[in-house]
Order: sequence, then structure tokens, then C-alpha cells
Amino acid sequence: MGESEVKVIGKWSSPYVMRVKIALRIKSIEHEHFEETLNPKSDLLLKSNPVYAKVPVLIHHGKPISESLIIVEYIDETWSNDNSPSILPSDPYDRALARFWATYIDEKWFPSMKSIITVETEEEREPYYKVLEEVVERVEDAFGKCSKGKPFFGGDSVGFLDIAFGSFLGWLRVTESLYGRKVLVEAKAPSLVKWAERFADDPAVKGLIPDHDKLVEISKPLQIKWRALAAIGKKY
Amino acid sequence: MGSQKEEVKLLSFVCSPVCRRVEWGLRLKGVDYEYIEEDIFNKSNLLLQLNPLHKKVPVLVHANKPIAESLVILEYVDETWNHQYPLLPQHPYERALTRFWIKFADEKVMYGGYVAMISSGDEQEKKVNEVREGMEKLEELIKGKRFFGGDKVGFLDIALGWITYLLPVWEEVGCMKILEAEKCPAISAWVNNILSHPVFKDCLPPKEELLAYNHRRRKHFNPALYN
Repeated sequence: MGESEVKVIGKWSSPYVMRVKIALRIKSIEHEHFEETLNPKSDLLLKSNPVYAKVPVLIHHGKPISESLIIVEYIDETWSNDNSPSILPSDPYDRALARFWATYIDEKWFPSMKSIITVETEEEREPYYKVLEEVVERVEDAFGKCSKGKPFFGGDSVGFLDIAFGSFLGWLRVTESLYGRKVLVEAKAPSLVKWAERFADDPAVKGLIPDHDKLVEISKPLQIKWRALAAIGKKY
Repeated sequence: MGSQKEEVKLLSFVCSPVCRRVEWGLRLKGVDYEYIEEDIFNKSNLLLQLNPLHKKVPVLVHANKPIAESLVILEYVDETWNHQYPLLPQHPYERALTRFWIKFADEKVMYGGYVAMISSGDEQEKKVNEVREGMEKLEELIKGKRFFGGDKVGFLDIALGWITYLLPVWEEVGCMKILEAEKCPAISAWVNNILSHPVFKDCLPPKEELLAYNHRRRKHFNPALYN
């Protein structure tokens, strides 16, 4: 593989970047990492993702691709041979289920997590916790249907939906630390609790979940920034 | 895998652009389906049973298995009837670009357009400008091509098809202008190409129903405008 044939513009704290990193590791693809500060945004980022100027961006043979799950599908389709596991299931119906649940998670999860960190009081956090709890309940159910008794959503190995949901575990632990309220609990989601442990320990994931204390540390300036944006009525 | 020969049903709503894009995909691929109209203001038990999470149309049922979310459905249809008229391009990079632009257009232009339609005053003006910016990006994308898919209609054309029949209705209902022929000549030409396409020209929603439904939505969010 040529040097810098695959490049990732990323940020260590981003769950979306983590998705791409897991996918690359599943396929054993070496890549060059470019750590984006986002403040200011680098020329490379602005050139590679002019529409959104967001991470992650995958650059393959000089061609950029944006949006984490679109990148993951690209990786799965481009490096598809007998040597590496598939990220998406092979059956079209199972693929549809995986995409359906990933779409649902993306719509509901991070916006609520961000709101939990941004709003000021416990009372204001309550409705967002309700959303997260509902998502956990639904995804627990989905796990049963997708995994069919196997360890991961994807079956025997980490797959698309594992990546989509598991990438948020790091930040979930941060909200638990900040506010002392757990969302992924044994009583409500016994399968997911066990799955979360397996996911974090899996060779495809190990070391990619950002350090907890470092995330807690940056949650403070992020909270300040998001609160400031909210105060001037901007969608944070 | 569900066999290509097994029964296909589509739960749909006549005024919904995301339902219609699924129909266009099925028709382009020559897949027979049973159309089931859903009254979204009085949801059937069938819908609630088939899509308990969102309770929304479209829902495709193939070999008795339900699938929801229009883009998820279309990818499923493309993969299942894989020997007939591919909707997505073959090359992974082109596929990634297609998926990217659909996501962009759905968020910036379709959802944005809807919000503009139900708004008024400064709020609407701000939204209209955002949507126009989005439209200009789509103009750049299609420049020099007959369709977004190239010489033939593809996934992106189907996903954006609502622009051809619904955007004019939103412009009328919302008293606004989003697609200007002088600024977006390539898209304007594309609109005509789609409206005259043999597969789509007989699969357009009735304008009167679209007007009635969208006025209803606008009135719901902005009742003062209708007094």
C-alpha cells in the first residue's frame, strides 16, 4: 500500500471519527492521521469537505469522502475480499435493518447527549434523558433481532450497527460522570450492557475509545461554547 | 434472501415525496408492487404494526418483512433486484458521493424548503436564502449533465424528484421563490427532463391534493396567515 494512500482527517474526541477508525482497523488498512484542531479549521479540511467543514474526512487516492457512516460503507465496499470481515451484513434485509437502526441512532442520540451537557438544570436535562432511555430500550430490542444470539449486532464480529452505536459509549460515560445518572443499566438493557463490554474489549475497538478523563476535561470548554451558542439562539 | 418473485406491498401517502421516491425506484426497476394508501391523519393498525417505531410511511413489505425509511428501502430494492436497472452507481466512490449529496439535499433543500413553506416574514426569508444556497450547489453538481445520474436517471434523480412536482407547490403555498431559472438553468432543464420521462410522467401526485395538504400544514404551524 502506497504511503498516504489513505488519509483520515480526524479529532481524537469525536465519536464520528472513531467509527471510521474502527472500520479501517477491521479491514487492516494503514492510514495517515491528520489531527484537526477545528479552531481554526485547517486548509486541508476546508478543501476536502467544503460543504460542511467537519470531521471525519477520508481521503483515498486524493479523493475525499465525508459523513462517518457513508465513509464506513465506502470502506466496506472498497476493501471487500475474503481476507477481511464484512462490516455490513450480506443479506439485503439484514443490511436494511442495520441501516434503519443506524439512522435512528444518529437522529436521536448525539443531539440529546449534547443537550444534556448544554442545558443548565437537572429539570432541563430530564426530557433528553427520557429520549436516551427510550433509545436504549429500542436498541436493546433491536440487538435481539439483529444479533440472533451472537455477540454483536453484526453477528460474530463487530459490524455496522455495533460501530454506529458503540462509538457513542465514550461520551455516554462522560455524561454519567458529570451528572451521576446512568442510562445503560442492567435492569433496562441487560444485553446491551454485556455487549458494551465486549465491544470495548474487541481488538477492532480496543484503544480507540478516547480516554475518559481527557473527555471529561474537554467537556468543560465544550459546554461553555455550546451554552454560548445556545444563548445567542444558534443551533449548537 | 427475499426472492425477487415474492409479493411487494408499499404503504404510502399520495402527498409524501419520500413515499413517491420509493415508487419511482420500484417502477424504474420494473418491480410490481401493491400500492396501499395510508391516511396519515388516521393511521391504520397495519401501519402501526409494520412501523411501530416511527409510525410513518413509506413502509415496504417484501416476503412479509417490513422495511421503513425511504432511502433504506431504496438501497434494499436496489440490492434485491440487482439485475434490473441499477439505481446506485457501480464504483464505491461514486456511490459515496451519491449518498452524500442525497443526505445534503434532504437536510438543506427538502427539509429546509418545508420549513420555509410553513414560515413567514424574516424567518422565511432567512430559510429561503439557505435553501437557495443548497440549490446552487445542486446546480453545480448537474451542470453539463442531462440527469444527476449522467445520461440515465439514477438514485440521486429519484431522491431529488420532489423538486419537480412539490417545490412549485411549496413556492405557491409559501408565497416564495426558490428555484430561479436564470440562477439554476441546469436544474430547470433537469426538471423538464424528469417530468417528461416515460417512467415518471404518469406517476406524479395530483396538484390539487398537494396544494390542499400543504396549505393544511402551513395553516397548522402559522394559523394567523389564514385568517
